[in-house]
Amino acid sequence: MSAAETIQNSEAREPAFGFWRRSYAMLVKEFIQLRRDRVSFAMIIMLPVMQLTLFGYAINTTPRNLPTAVLTQEDSDLGRSILKAMENTAYFHFVREVHTVEEFDELLQSGKVLFGVEIPRGFERAVRRGDRPALLVAADATDPVASGSALGALGPLVQSALAHDLHVGDPPDMPFEIRAHARYNPAADSRLNIVPGLVGTILTMTMLIFTALSVTREIERGTMESLLSMPIKPVEVMFGKIIPYVLVGFIQATLIIAIGILLFGVPVLGSLTLLALLTTLFITTNLSIGYTFSTIVQNQLQAMQLSMMFFLPSILLSGFMFPFAGMPVWAQYIGEGLPLTHFVRIVRAIMLKGAAMQNLQYDTAALVALMLFAMTIAVTRFRRTLD
Amino acid sequence: MNGGSTSARSNAPSIAIDVKGLTKSFGGREVVHDLSMQVKRGSIYGFLGPNGSGKTTTIRILCGLLTPDSGEGSCLGYDIRRDADKIKRKVGYMTQRFSLYQDLSVRENLEFVARLYGMPDARGAAADMIARIGLKGREEQLAANLSGGWKQRLALGACTLPNPQLLLLDEPTAGVDPKARRDFWNEIHALAAEGLTVLVSTHYMDEAERCHEIAYIAYGHLLAHGTVDEVIAASALSTWTVTGEDFNGLMAELTDKPGVDMVAPFGTSLHVSGRDKAALEGAIAAYRDNSKWHWQASEPSLEDVFIDLMGRSKDNFQG
Repeated sequence: MSAAETIQNSEAREPAFGFWRRSYAMLVKEFIQLRRDRVSFAMIIMLPVMQLTLFGYAINTTPRNLPTAVLTQEDSDLGRSILKAMENTAYFHFVREVHTVEEFDELLQSGKVLFGVEIPRGFERAVRRGDRPALLVAADATDPVASGSALGALGPLVQSALAHDLHVGDPPDMPFEIRAHARYNPAADSRLNIVPGLVGTILTMTMLIFTALSVTREIERGTMESLLSMPIKPVEVMFGKIIPYVLVGFIQATLIIAIGILLFGVPVLGSLTLLALLTTLFITTNLSIGYTFSTIVQNQLQAMQLSMMFFLPSILLSGFMFPFAGMPVWAQYIGEGLPLTHFVRIVRAIMLKGAAMQNLQYDTAALVALMLFAMTIAVTRFRRTLD
Repeated sequence: MNGGSTSARSNAPSIAIDVKGLTKSFGGREVVHDLSMQVKRGSIYGFLGPNGSGKTTTIRILCGLLTPDSGEGSCLGYDIRRDADKIKRKVGYMTQRFSLYQDLSVRENLEFVARLYGMPDARGAAADMIARIGLKGREEQLAANLSGGWKQRLALGACTLPNPQLLLLDEPTAGVDPKARRDFWNEIHALAAEGLTVLVSTHYMDEAERCHEIAYIAYGHLLAHGTVDEVIAASALSTWTVTGEDFNGLMAELTDKPGVDMVAPFGTSLHVSGRDKAALEGAIAAYRDNSKWHWQASEPSLEDVFIDLMGRSKDNFQG
């Protein structure tokens, strides 16, 4: 190889390690940009730490201390012993004592309790006579995960607890029969529970993102400057941006529910009108929250990250995936602050339990409150100047 | 009832913008410093100054998009701090960067603006404006697909649509071809003739000369204002125009001479200026006899004045 040839070759060739140099240049630039984006940086740390501690402690698939109501039609030592024995299993937590069947049904239908125990009139006497009377345990089986393990434990656990109290013999000698009645979803078909919940989950995801990007998009595209110089008020911007998506959300909800009915055979026992009305409320609540995010963040990436931060707890702490009643109290408080929690209750109650408005007042009020709260923040946060 | 406010009201008919002592800082850096100005109704007021001099910030303060740190004043008789909403109804603001919706068509953009201002016949108003700005046939084109000149027309159309009394135009002709620029200025003069007040910022000297009055702002300070002739006269700059051949050596030699403040080539001629007339003549005396060049005493151009102001303000405010 001659000297001249070498020179020519080296001129034509790219610099040594060109691939690595260029990759390195790109890498340095990305690190600088990442460091400037404080919110993204915080998310990198916060997202795993928060999610892990939150969900690690909160999620429990064999829930205990489930809210239970008692319908007592007689006050007897035996009845009290049975209730005591049930509570000792740690699965049941007696929160209400009612005296009429109507109250009992209302509690179950509105989702305030997951179980109801009925001690019929003349129960103790019937036991003494050796009639083997039935002790009725009604379970809200819309969520088979929540009710399943408690129902499974009912027979043997109560028996062994009672064996000591009543000095009765081994299981075959049980002087009464426990008749468990899985209401609303007797076949424990988890699809019946999942599909209504999915309506809420899908809507949360899509609605949040629609509006979370709306204000930041105006800022990033530079149209905000024009918009702010015109006589429009923050509330007007908000309504103008939310209302079109209410329609979009409504179409989406109709689609999901129709597929649920046609493909998965999920019933709608309650009123379709009520379902439509409350779904619209839920859609609007989510749009308001997304819009609020969009007034807080600085760019579309942050808007997406914040939506994710909100979406994950919504799925995990709302009772959609894991039984709400099984979560520790602090996690339940967080759950109460999420619109999906209330909507999952509403949509399951209407579709599977045939609930009416009077059963759903609390969850409806909660959705309205969350919506107004988000809107208030959005309107006050919306910057009317470029300062 | 007509006590306290009479003085403000009586100003309203003749003065469109009247501000005093405006100051605005961003992150500790003062962008506008103690700026006071008055703009007569129906006039075209040119706003000149180098990049980053505070022109855009001042315009944004005037239309309520920014709140001044200190200072006060009125725009169309409304207080710029308290009545931003009222000002917005009567002011058309054309941003430096195209800020209409790129994914809406020409017609949709205009109809949006018309509806936002609550005009009774939004469609009709938009159609009239399309005809006026000569965008007929392009109504359905997306704003994103318009060329620079058409975009600028659309933006002007959008900000004049709601019949404002004051137009704030922030470098409206940047990046637009000369023909489009001329048409644009004809339109602005037509609007001013109808009684509109126009405040326009620009970098172009020929545009400055089309204004009734101009103001020069650098580093947030308003350095000169008045008509073009007044600004030139106030500069007290003396200028000689040199024609001939081979300026390169001459330029280098003159630049450092005491008495010569500025040397700038203009095509086949050279402008040599100084603030002290006698000192300038002393400095160039040695070169005037050279037959290579022809020397002629002339008026400084507006550009000469501005470059000089810019140089001086740099010394004063940038240390």
